[in-house]
Amino acid sequence: MIIDLQKFIANERPVWAELETILNRIEAEPTAQLSLEQVQHFHELYERTAADLAKLATYSSEPETHRFLESLVSRAYGEIHETREKRSRFSPLTWFFQTWPQTFRKHVRAFYLSLAITIAGCAFGGLAIAFDPDSKPVLMPFSHLLQDPAKRVAEEENSTYDRLKGQKTSFSAELMTHNTKVSIFTLSLGMTWGVGTILMLFYNGVILGAVAVDYIHAGQTKFLLGWLMPHGVIEIPAILIAGQAGLLLAAALIGRGQRAPFRTRIRQVSGDIATLIFGVALMLIWAGFIEAFLSQYHEPVIPYDAKIAFGCVELVLLSVFLAKSGRKNPTA
Amino acid sequence: MKTSRLNIRTPEGIVFSQQIAGPVTRFLACFIDQFCIQVVLMLAGLLISLLAVVSFNIALALYVIGFFIVSIGYGILLEWAWRGQTIGKRLLRLRVVDVEGMRLQFNQIVVRNLLRFVDSLPAFYFVGGVTCWLNSKCQRLGDIAANTVVIRHPRIDEPDLDQVLGGKFNSLRQFPHLAARLRQNTTPAEAAIALQSLLRREEFEPVARVELFAAIAAHFRSKVEFPAEATDGITDEQFLRNVLDVAYRSKN
Repeated sequence: MIIDLQKFIANERPVWAELETILNRIEAEPTAQLSLEQVQHFHELYERTAADLAKLATYSSEPETHRFLESLVSRAYGEIHETREKRSRFSPLTWFFQTWPQTFRKHVRAFYLSLAITIAGCAFGGLAIAFDPDSKPVLMPFSHLLQDPAKRVAEEENSTYDRLKGQKTSFSAELMTHNTKVSIFTLSLGMTWGVGTILMLFYNGVILGAVAVDYIHAGQTKFLLGWLMPHGVIEIPAILIAGQAGLLLAAALIGRGQRAPFRTRIRQVSGDIATLIFGVALMLIWAGFIEAFLSQYHEPVIPYDAKIAFGCVELVLLSVFLAKSGRKNPTA
Repeated sequence: MKTSRLNIRTPEGIVFSQQIAGPVTRFLACFIDQFCIQVVLMLAGLLISLLAVVSFNIALALYVIGFFIVSIGYGILLEWAWRGQTIGKRLLRLRVVDVEGMRLQFNQIVVRNLLRFVDSLPAFYFVGGVTCWLNSKCQRLGDIAANTVVIRHPRIDEPDLDQVLGGKFNSLRQFPHLAARLRQNTTPAEAAIALQSLLRREEFEPVARVELFAAIAAHFRSKVEFPAEATDGITDEQFLRNVLDVAYRSKN
């Protein structure tokens, strides 16, 4: 087919301009709904522009027009063929009380796997310390954990000054950001087919198990619970959820038992991964505050029973929240 | 196989393609973005230091949180607000798009930016760079996990036709229907070969130049047969100049 290029462009330009106007509007207002007539008209404009692109494809002249049409067609194609649900206006409360816990439950098996790996790490760390106390410097490469637990407890309880005085806010900020980075790293390592995520979870478990057995062995169980529970009951599940997200990514990458192609599998989980990691960040903000403002204070400043009770309440609330929040009432 | 273009075929059978950005261009964009992040952090640090007069503790906390948010949020926020572009990408005409041409979603932007943590290992985006180099669509791990690809919109400059055409009489234009057919049948790649041969004519030995122009002219002659009065008496080189005039200059 031979076409008069100038006439063709002059005739078609209004169509392209109208399509561009509609696309700009859709992109600027993602939550706006088009009526059926508007959708049909939008589709007609897209098809006509796509056909124009095909006509111009073989021409050496008008490279700018060709590129402009490619851009228009690609934008319209994305809008028309996108099958994922268009997100309605973002509501933080709906996200917090519904989307996040629902996403957690949807992939709860990955969470259980994350938990099992951490427990295995705990068992390994605990047994290693129990059978070979000299392995402490290898298992816990943190100087403040190498001290004799009984000696540390005595020092903490007899301390007359507040070592975090004037530093609590910055200390909590450092805890929040550090833990969030570790969580994101745990998630990201899902790209190693889950090997990196598993290693991170296991290593966290090893440290936790080793510290726990070290303090229990020294007869400081109550101190340990009072020290770790207020922030740990939020922080440890947060790392587990980050591991859940990493394992989810790994499962999509491996695709065992799934018939969907790789891109579809990844597409199906990317939204859930983002949701889980934002939830983790919120948990770690809370844990950071508690660790700086509560966990580091011991008897006689704060009774251990009060700290343990606080930790138990947090754990129950978190469990109920993750298990029940956003659950649809079957009788409704 | 490694390809430099992302081709998407719509169900209507229309193919549109976009040029995939290479690792070096992406690294330069990343370098610019890192510079921007440092500038923002420096300015934020100056502002926060004023607060240190009131409370050093709160100022330090704000700086720690601000550093974290800016270094992670920079890419997420700008790519979301500018539809797949950051300052570095904008300057180098790059854009993040969905690998299947779909609408770029917020969670894709979040995932690709969070996975910078592994892509940047052990330093200077080594893992991401190697993955990008080996991947057929030049995707780093974050792009693979988010189903995204970075494309490049190079500025397309009109060829400097005056340099090769010189405004001489074009005998092919005396036959507008044949000229239109020639324009229709000439692909951009064929026209580019002819243009380059004329632009670089001084680089060839005289004999080789004549042979080259003869070969290219024969190729174009086989596409559309013009009457003898349009082609007789002109050299192969002039014939090519006339062909380019028809292909690139759509105004009759």
